[in-house]
Amino acid sequence: MSEKQQDGPRLTFPHPPARPGERADFSSLDIPEAGALDVPPPEIDSIASRPYANGMIRVLNDAGEAVGPWADYVGQVSDEALLDGMRDMMRTRAIDTRMLNAQRQGKTSFYLQCTGEEAIGVGFQRQLQAGDMNFPTYRQQSLLVAAGYPLEALMGQIYSNDFDPLQGRQLPIMHSARDYGYFSVSGNLGTQYVQAVGWAMANALTRNGQIAAGWIGDGATASNDYHSGLLTASTYRPPVILNIVNNQWAISTYTGEALGGARTYASRARGYGIPALRVDGNDYLAVLGVAKWAVARVRAGHGPVAIEWFTYRVAAHSTSDDPSAYRPKDEARSWPLGDPIERLKTHLIARGAWSEERHAQTEAQITDEVRTVQKEVESHGTLVDPQPMSSASILKGVYAEMPPHLIRQRQDMGV
Amino acid sequence: MTMIEALRSAMDVMLARDERVVIFGEDVGYFGGVFRCTQGLQKKYGEERVFDTPINESAIAGMAIGMAAQGMRPCAEIQFADYMYPAYDQITQEAARIRHRSNGDFTCPLTIRMPTGGGIYGGQTHSQSPEALFTHVAGLKVVQPSTPYDAKGLLIASIEDPDPVIFLEPKRLYNGPFDGDHTATSQGWAQHPAGDVPEEYYRIDLGKASVRREGAALTILAYGTMVFVAERAVRDTGVDAEIIDLRTLLPLDLETIRASVEKTGRCLVLHEATRTSGFGGELIAEVQEACFWHLEAPIVRVTGWDAPYPHAQEWDYFPGPKRAARGIARVMEA
Ligand SMILES: Cc1ncc(C[n+]2csc(CCOP(=O)(O)OP(=O)(O)O)c2C)c(N)n1
Ligand SMILES: [Mg+2]
Repeated sequence: MSEKQQDGPRLTFPHPPARPGERADFSSLDIPEAGALDVPPPEIDSIASRPYANGMIRVLNDAGEAVGPWADYVGQVSDEALLDGMRDMMRTRAIDTRMLNAQRQGKTSFYLQCTGEEAIGVGFQRQLQAGDMNFPTYRQQSLLVAAGYPLEALMGQIYSNDFDPLQGRQLPIMHSARDYGYFSVSGNLGTQYVQAVGWAMANALTRNGQIAAGWIGDGATASNDYHSGLLTASTYRPPVILNIVNNQWAISTYTGEALGGARTYASRARGYGIPALRVDGNDYLAVLGVAKWAVARVRAGHGPVAIEWFTYRVAAHSTSDDPSAYRPKDEARSWPLGDPIERLKTHLIARGAWSEERHAQTEAQITDEVRTVQKEVESHGTLVDPQPMSSASILKGVYAEMPPHLIRQRQDMGV
Repeated sequence: MTMIEALRSAMDVMLARDERVVIFGEDVGYFGGVFRCTQGLQKKYGEERVFDTPINESAIAGMAIGMAAQGMRPCAEIQFADYMYPAYDQITQEAARIRHRSNGDFTCPLTIRMPTGGGIYGGQTHSQSPEALFTHVAGLKVVQPSTPYDAKGLLIASIEDPDPVIFLEPKRLYNGPFDGDHTATSQGWAQHPAGDVPEEYYRIDLGKASVRREGAALTILAYGTMVFVAERAVRDTGVDAEIIDLRTLLPLDLETIRASVEKTGRCLVLHEATRTSGFGGELIAEVQEACFWHLEAPIVRVTGWDAPYPHAQEWDYFPGPKRAARGIARVMEA
């Protein structure tokens, strides 16, 4: 190495606006007014998508009213349909709360909540059709809930008991549910993104009319496979929606680390030649509208689209994490886009379709429903009180047909 | 010290001694790593020495190579060994070969740390033991300590090494020894003699195994967590085994192994990684080539099953003291 000089180029190290002990500070976030952006034509290209990638599509204003062109585009969604979405968001949250507690009681090894992000999966899933496939991360359980996945299977997977369709093989939350449009979740970040592109290419090659949706967190957009996904989607233009859930954090790492010098994740996707939109992910109506638009675009054959869902990870990264070590305690409460359930509630009350009392009643009902299923599922075993799981299942399913060396190992196991 | 503290102490000592040392990885800077191995180091040495990276393992390895080639001494962390695969190209095709292909024009003195092994209910993506994927590559050195004392001395030697070192940390041993009995209350390192770690600089040379227990009946080769499983199995069976903790898998201390097997005439190999093409296969081949005429029984290996590491069936997968004891019996009965 040569002699160190005093001046010369220095590196940049991105910093979050506030650290523990400081006041949460989102003052540098530019949050556009609800209703400010119009609805682009479905065949829009990446260049023309600039305002949508740098701006933010929002429908619900502070008073809870649905305003602007996107409100019109979502159309007259019935009260009942919105309430269904509300119930799925509440259900997701109730499951998260109860599974978190189960982990704290030692009944399972691990859990991971999606608190604050429920609107994204619940609204998006409603616009898909049977046969469409999500390629989720570990934080998209709201898609599964909205797809009507049986709660017994969902919780059985968390407890690794005989309700678990995956026979205890996978870490809790790494679901797999083909019939519900939920591709097997991997622990290796980013891998699913380019697989979604491949799946969508098969959709196009076989003209089956189905579409795919890739999902990734803001932090994992740094992975090679994210870039492979955008590149190949740009090259072949298959029917795929490439979702980026920007919840501002990647474990302890501030989103600026993955964003680097880009303005938004959506704008970076544009650089690959893919039209991109940025959306208020805590606004259920915006989610419904943009998901409807995106699904229509890709199904009609206008090519891929990328969507950055702007949201905030309210809970810890997982049960292995303590966010008070790296971000201010009040940061979630200061998040300027609020809570998706509260915001939809305000809207429904403003519409005259809902009330605080009915909301509280529904919450109690859903908690009850979830608790009942949980009890039933727990009666089939937990980590504290396990029901014997055959060790032979370790060697089953590694291959379609068990090769001789695994048969020998099974004999060695003595099972 | 715990193993975490010992590793931190090694990095602390090296950051202070050598301004060419830089530390980086995912969540490594401000937070200090998900296992807290680098906690406090950024605060002490500043962001130019200790910093966070985007979630891109090939970038972590690639940046380390660029820095190392200039003469810096990067010590990078991959959050879990299970996540090193995107970095595999950079590590095996670049770091490992730069010295040779440039005929010494460029070299690659870097260390890549990664937690390895199971025992924490981490399922298939937080439990893997990929050591054989590295020992198979010419140009890399591969280290795996089993105690805090060794961890510190070996990490310092790795950072000082002129060639790329893959430093595998048995995460189940981070906070205390573990003999495979998951029902027992966990012991900390405070009660263990190897938890006694000096604050100051010291090194343990790479390529030197350590005899953890002397014995005459059988030689057990192990590394990482399996060293403690071996000790337990020896206690349970009462067989007078010699236990060798390899510490460095590559370069392998064949002399220590040979001396032991020539004395005992029997050998058992333990590892947590899957069996087929695991490092045990290499060990067995070396032992039989070097000691064939001294062997009284076939060499046996006890390993993880050839399947992805399962979540719920963790203790059926993990080759614990019962399976190790069965292995001992097989070698002794033959
Ligand atoms: C290849 C790889 N590297 C590292 C990790 C460890 N890891 C798990 S989650 C995570 C953070 C991901 O953050 P983000 O993509 O923003 O998703 P979020 O958790 O916020 O939903 C990291 C670093 C991993 N699972 N896979
Ligand atoms: Mg994130």
